[in-house]
Amino acid sequence: MEATGAELGYRVHPLSRLWDATKAVWTFYSRQPLGAFSLTVLVVFALMGILAPVIAPYPYAETDILHRLEGPSLKHPLGTDNLGRDVLSRIIWGARVEMLVGLGAVAISGFTGTVLGALAGYFRSRLDWLVQRYVDIQMSFPGIILLITIISMFQPGLIQVMVAIGILLIPAVTRVVRSASLAVSSMPYIEAARTLGAPAWRTVLRHVLPNVFPPVMVAVTTQLGQAILIEATLSFLGYGVPPPQPSWGALLGPEARKDMLKAPLLSVWPGLAIFLAVYSFNMFGDALRDVLDPRIRRAMSRSPLPRPFGQGHRRPEEKSRGHRPFPLPVGRRPRQPRY
Amino acid sequence: MTAYAVRRLLVIIPSLIAITLLVSLIIRLLPADAVMVLAAQQGFSEEADLDRLRHELGLDKPWHEQYWDWFSALFRSIPEGKVDLGYSLRTRRDIAGELKTRLPVSLELAGLALLMALAIAIPVGVISAVKRNSWADYIARSFAIMGVAVPGFWLATLVVVWPSVWWRWSPPSVFRPLHHDPIANLSFMWLPALLLSLYFVGFLMRMTRTMMLEVLTSDYVLTARAKGLPNLVIIVRHALRNALIPVVTVIGLQIPVLIGGAVVYETIFSVPGIGRLLIEAAQNRDYPVIQAINLIIAVVVVFLNLVVDMSYAVLDPRVRLAGGD
Repeated sequence: MEATGAELGYRVHPLSRLWDATKAVWTFYSRQPLGAFSLTVLVVFALMGILAPVIAPYPYAETDILHRLEGPSLKHPLGTDNLGRDVLSRIIWGARVEMLVGLGAVAISGFTGTVLGALAGYFRSRLDWLVQRYVDIQMSFPGIILLITIISMFQPGLIQVMVAIGILLIPAVTRVVRSASLAVSSMPYIEAARTLGAPAWRTVLRHVLPNVFPPVMVAVTTQLGQAILIEATLSFLGYGVPPPQPSWGALLGPEARKDMLKAPLLSVWPGLAIFLAVYSFNMFGDALRDVLDPRIRRAMSRSPLPRPFGQGHRRPEEKSRGHRPFPLPVGRRPRQPRY
Repeated sequence: MTAYAVRRLLVIIPSLIAITLLVSLIIRLLPADAVMVLAAQQGFSEEADLDRLRHELGLDKPWHEQYWDWFSALFRSIPEGKVDLGYSLRTRRDIAGELKTRLPVSLELAGLALLMALAIAIPVGVISAVKRNSWADYIARSFAIMGVAVPGFWLATLVVVWPSVWWRWSPPSVFRPLHHDPIANLSFMWLPALLLSLYFVGFLMRMTRTMMLEVLTSDYVLTARAKGLPNLVIIVRHALRNALIPVVTVIGLQIPVLIGGAVVYETIFSVPGIGRLLIEAAQNRDYPVIQAINLIIAVVVVFLNLVVDMSYAVLDPRVRLAGGD
């Protein structure tokens, strides 16, 4: 892709910037169809969450005992639950809860993890050792058990769940940022900054942090999905966001399960919502990784899905061919061994 | 190798102590304690009664004293050949005895799930790599990413609900210990274990596939091919064995997730393991039980990680463990 005017340092007209941004989005949509699809799903969920009071057909806690456990109908597109509450409305409001928990948790883990990781990677001293021990210890412990232990101890609430999940997700971010920061800190431009007498805080803030930003974005996107999955699991076990606030996990929880055999479709919708959200965050994170960090080999990336043909990307396996005894003529593809 | 193991075990003791300290501190920070929960359930609320009960249970002491009592009792009991983890505030039963019946159940569930995951993931991963970019490969990879994103408890709910609606079939509900009745036990356990394994099938398969692809392009596989070895021998003996080493690492890293996941399935399928015990104890704020479970799980995780690390030496003769022979 050509460098844009702004990247080359020219002063550019704001409209031109807008044009560049539009082009970037378009490129993303055409190069990463799966990522783009996921982004669309996520935007829909986000809009559902933001506009919940407007678009939800019923208040989420409105019970209608005469019409309980009904199947899908025009009045209730996804049916009603065991208290006669409209399931579609509860899923729409649930999107708001899930998004809030996800964003809150990831804000905590992203910020703390980035700070810890960047400093540990830059200073490589006793601080690094401490940070690594912390990461090791927390990662070697089952997260859900830690969460149940913590949450059962406080009054349940949205904020508590958010903070607890946020804490749980810190080590993963720290680890990613630390290794990125280690790599960045040995770059010549960091040395140059040091040589010029830049104080450590300035070097970290102006040179290390911007360069560890791409992996942070990728980690944080994937973690949004994880946070939603964890919240749903907690709610399912009865430790998540407390009722009457609707959470997708609670829609499958012990209360809801009592009468599920009478209206089995109730077991489908909330799970589908969770699955779509988590799947989309994973796929979007993968697409983001490809866009932000083209150096990463596709073979090692987490997406096992095939890249759609005709997208102008080389197949991952061909990149990792390593040393070849004879230079091959340009333009001919090496023959793949047959197994 | 023994020296290595001993050294590793010595290093983990401080972190185990740190975990129990932290847990005991956190759980005592809260406003409502075990006595208040008990009182609310039994329906008495006289302040004097509560205080008497607290005194009886030793809850009126400062938390560091409580912790020390618990910890020193545990420490003293080990040389005598038993483990004293204290008594449940709720049932007044010996926690160690309770865990002795429950821990094997959880471990069986996790172990069975891991076995199933390996039995599915490795062959599928190998086929997916050998026949890469074929339809089999695409299908396997699509399922793999779904396995990671599908919430396990949703699948479990579906599995409980739909067969019952369609065929009036529901999973067996009575648990029998493995050593009493293996067949009844397995017919109870296979379903939760299979569901628990799905998540691991997903990424173990992807890992196996990636590693196989790397190995299959290596020089020694080319050599083996040049020697004219049959395909099966090349794939299984030369490629797979090398591809599996990183897979073992990933298993080690995922052990906590495996044990955590067991909690969810124990709840859904009423498996009497430590996960369910933890959830009951958390509802009742039964501190000693929560503390003991956290400690036991930490010990199990650390021990299993050690086993994984030592298995490198068996799998890969190039690996020498530092600090030993």
